[in-house]
Amino acid sequence: MTDTQNTSLAARLAARFGDTLSLLPARGGELTAELAAADLLSVATALRDEPEFRFEQLIDVCGVDYLGYGQDEWATETVTATGFSRGVEGQAMGRFNWAERPRDANMPRRFASVVHLLSVANNRRLRLRVFCEDDALPMVPSLTGIWPVANWFEREAFDLFGIIFDGHPDLRRILTDYGFVGHPFRKDFPLIGNVEVRYDAEQQRVVYQPVTIEPRVLVPRVIRDDADLIQAKAEAADDWRRN
Amino acid sequence: MQEIRNYTMNFGPQHPAAHGVLRLVLEMDGETVVRADPHVGLLHRGTEKLAESKPFNQSIGYMDRLDYVSMMCNEHAYVRAIETLLGIEAPERAQYIRTMFDEITRILNHLMWIGSNALDLGAMAVFLYAFREREELMDVYEAVSGARMHATYYRPGGVYRDLPDRMPQYKESPWHKGADLKRINAAREGSMLDFIEEFTRIFPSRVDEYEDLLTTNRIWKQRTVGIGVISPEMAKAWGMTGAMIRGSGVEWDLRKKQPYAKYAEMDFDIPVGVNGDCYDRYLVRVEEMRQSNRIIKQCVDWLRANPGPVMVTNFKVAPPSRAEMKESMEALIHHFKLFTEGYGVPAGETYCAVEAPKGEFGCYLVSDGANKPFRVHLRAPGFAHLSSMDATVKGHMLADVVAMIGTYDLVFGEVDR
Repeated sequence: MTDTQNTSLAARLAARFGDTLSLLPARGGELTAELAAADLLSVATALRDEPEFRFEQLIDVCGVDYLGYGQDEWATETVTATGFSRGVEGQAMGRFNWAERPRDANMPRRFASVVHLLSVANNRRLRLRVFCEDDALPMVPSLTGIWPVANWFEREAFDLFGIIFDGHPDLRRILTDYGFVGHPFRKDFPLIGNVEVRYDAEQQRVVYQPVTIEPRVLVPRVIRDDADLIQAKAEAADDWRRN
Repeated sequence: MQEIRNYTMNFGPQHPAAHGVLRLVLEMDGETVVRADPHVGLLHRGTEKLAESKPFNQSIGYMDRLDYVSMMCNEHAYVRAIETLLGIEAPERAQYIRTMFDEITRILNHLMWIGSNALDLGAMAVFLYAFREREELMDVYEAVSGARMHATYYRPGGVYRDLPDRMPQYKESPWHKGADLKRINAAREGSMLDFIEEFTRIFPSRVDEYEDLLTTNRIWKQRTVGIGVISPEMAKAWGMTGAMIRGSGVEWDLRKKQPYAKYAEMDFDIPVGVNGDCYDRYLVRVEEMRQSNRIIKQCVDWLRANPGPVMVTNFKVAPPSRAEMKESMEALIHHFKLFTEGYGVPAGETYCAVEAPKGEFGCYLVSDGANKPFRVHLRAPGFAHLSSMDATVKGHMLADVVAMIGTYDLVFGEVDR
C-alpha cells in the first residue's frame, strides 16, 4: 500500500461521501475516516458493495476509551527536588483502586469504536472511527448485518468498554467471567480489578472477595517534549482528532 | 410415540481436543450439531490493558504469550507498530533475521498444528514425528534468544542481538551419550546458520514423511475431505485470513500483497486450495512449510554474505553497547533513561499486520506521546475464525466439530488475549 494508492482512495471516498466522512491521513500511508454514528450503516454498506471500494473484509472492531488522553503524571519541564515516587500526580491506570477512581465527567465524547476494513480485491485498508455521542450510554450501530464477523468483535468491545452496539443479535459478555461486573478496559477501571477469588476452606468452594493487593506503578507515565519528538507531535496534532 | 427433543452438550473446557480452554456449548439433534456456541475468555489475561500500564518495550514479552506457538510473529506485529509510529526502520540485516525467524516460527506452528490435528483425528504417530523437528527449531530459538519459546527477541529498531557464531551442543548425560550424542551434535559443530542450513536441507524429506502418513491415508481423508467446506464468499464475510482463506481458493497473503520485512525480495509461492474443506487447508499448510523452508534458505544465504548491524544506533530507542556505557557519560545516561523510563512515542495511531502462521495478526496502537501506549489492540486471527464456528459446523456430526477445531488452528492464548 503506497501513499499514492491511498491518495486515490481518499479522493474517491471524498467524492463519493463528501462531508459525511472526515478523512485523516496517518503515518505509513494509512487512511482514517471519522463519521457520525447515524451514517455508519449506510457508509459501511456502500464501502462493502460498491465496486470502487469493495471492502469485503472486516478485519477488526475495537473500542477505545479516550479518557485521560495526553495526560501524564510527572512534570518534566523543570527540575524538581522530589523523586518519582513523591512527584507523581494524577491517577493513571494502576495507581488507584475502585473506591478512589478518577471521575472525569467533562471529557467530551470519550468512547469510540474503531473499525478496520480490508479490500481483498483492491488491496486497500481503511480505518473508520465512530465516536459515541453519550458517555453515560455509549452507543453505535452494529455492523453484524453487513459483516457477520463483527458479532464477536462487538461483543468484545461491549464487554471491555461497555459500548452498546444497537441491533446486535446477541450482545453478551465474551472475554470476562460469567457474572463479571464492570467494563475492565475503561480507563477508570483499576488495573488490579475489584475482586479476587480464593478457595474458602470453610465453605468448601471458591469465593469472591475485594482485592487485597495494593495498586502500584513502577514507571510513571511521562510525556516529554524532546526535540526530535516535537516535530512529529506537531504533525500528528494536525491530522489527528480534528473533530 | 415419545417426543424426542434436542439436547445441549458441553464440550470442554477440559477436553483434550479443545486445544486449550474452549468451552463449546453444542445443541445436538442426535449426533448432528444444530447450534454451536463457543464460550471463550477462560484464558483472558487482559494483555492489552497490561500493555497500557507499562513502557513500550516491557510488553514485547507479553506478545510471545498470546499465540504461544508462533511467538516471534506476534512480536513482529507489535514491534512494527512501534517502529511505524517512531518513524524508524530496522537495519537490513535485522529485517532478514526477522524474515528468517518468522518462517522458522511458521514451521514451528504448522508442525504443532499437523501433530495435534492428526492426534485429534486419530493418528498418533504424526505428533511424535513433528516434535522431532520442533525440537531442533526450538534449539535455534534458544541459541538466539536464550529461551525456547518466549523469546522477546524482536525489539523496536531491530533484534536483540546478532546470530551466534557457535551452535550450542548437547553435553553428555544419561539420556545423550556415545554414538547418539555424536549424531545429534554432528550438525552443531559450526555456526547457527550452518545448523539452520542443514535443517533446510533435510526438512523437505521430513515433510514427505508427514505426507506419507497422512496425505493418502484413507482414515485421514474420510475425516477431512468434504468436512467444514468454506466458500470464498463466506471466508471473506467472516474475516478469515491465512490458510483459512487460502484453503478456499482466494490467493491472499500479506507477505505477497502488502510485503513487510524482506518478503518482497524473497522467491516463494502461495499455495491455494480448491474446495475449501479441511483436507485442502491441510494441503495448503503442508505446502506452506515447504515454501517457508525455501525462504529460510534464501535468508541464510544472504545473512552469510552480509554482516552488519542488527539494531539502530539511535540511543533514544536502542540501548548503547555495554562497553560504550562504561566509557561515555552520555551513553550511561541514555542507558539509564531507557531502562527506567523507556522512550516516548510520537502521538498518533497505526495498524500493523503480519501474516502470522494462523492468519492476519494485527496490532492497532494508539499513542499520545507518552512512554506507555495509550491503547493497544491485538487483532488475533483465531478470534475471527472461531466466531464462525456456529456457521461452519451447523449440520455436521459431533466428530467433525473436532476436525473443525483442528483446522481453525486455534490457540487460546491469542483468542482470549
